[in-house]
Amino acid sequence: MKIAITSTGNNLQATLDSRFGRCSYFVIYDTESGSTEFIPNPNKEAMEGAGPASIQLVASKGVEKVVSGEFGAKVKAIFDSLKIQLVIVNDSTMTVNRIIEMVSKQ
Amino acid sequence: MARPKKLRKITNPPKIKGFKPIRHYPAAESAPVLLDYDEYESLRLSDYELKNQTDAAVEMGVSRPTFARIYESARRKVARSFVEGTPILFQGGPVYFTSDWYFCKDCGCWFNHLNKEDSVIICPLCSSSCIEQSNAVNE
Repeated sequence: MKIAITSTGNNLQATLDSRFGRCSYFVIYDTESGSTEFIPNPNKEAMEGAGPASIQLVASKGVEKVVSGEFGAKVKAIFDSLKIQLVIVNDSTMTVNRIIEMVSKQ
Repeated sequence: MARPKKLRKITNPPKIKGFKPIRHYPAAESAPVLLDYDEYESLRLSDYELKNQTDAAVEMGVSRPTFARIYESARRKVARSFVEGTPILFQGGPVYFTSDWYFCKDCGCWFNHLNKEDSVIICPLCSSSCIEQSNAVNE
């Protein structure tokens, strides 16, 4: 299963980005192979529609879960229709590494 | 011009894409009956969960008479498919999808749960089962 995590930087020590649509990087983590892929977010500076555009990006990678600090008003209905689960982590000091550790324990 | 249709709330989208008829002899596949998601949901609420129309209408966010119309259309499409032996495809309709939010007491994260029928829910982050359902979230 693939999981998308929003990140502030392009390494595993970076903290979780608290916004979904305008985060700096998406980390695509594969729980089976343990591989991670960092994708710079092209919608970071978008005036509007960053959320739906970012959904297209992560959905095209085939993720089943998205971990972020906050999701905008438009995205939940789209994620629900794509059957992608949302996880909101309120702790902004959480690193990407720590989240990967937590989800890979399952 | 007709008034636009209100969007219907779908909490449990179908797990499969549709049905195909089993035939006595091979034949060319006929054009499928398109069962809208709202029609599927009305069948599920009425005939699977055995709700009355008033409650089912509230669950889908439409009026009781509108629910009756959706349900009638659903029954007619299913009947047509059975009698004529056409496949059924679930797709489309004036709908939006929604799901419930949950809160994990162990790691303090929020998450939504997509498939209501799966009642065993664990936190997707820490696998804890110490969770509670919540209606008020940062919306």
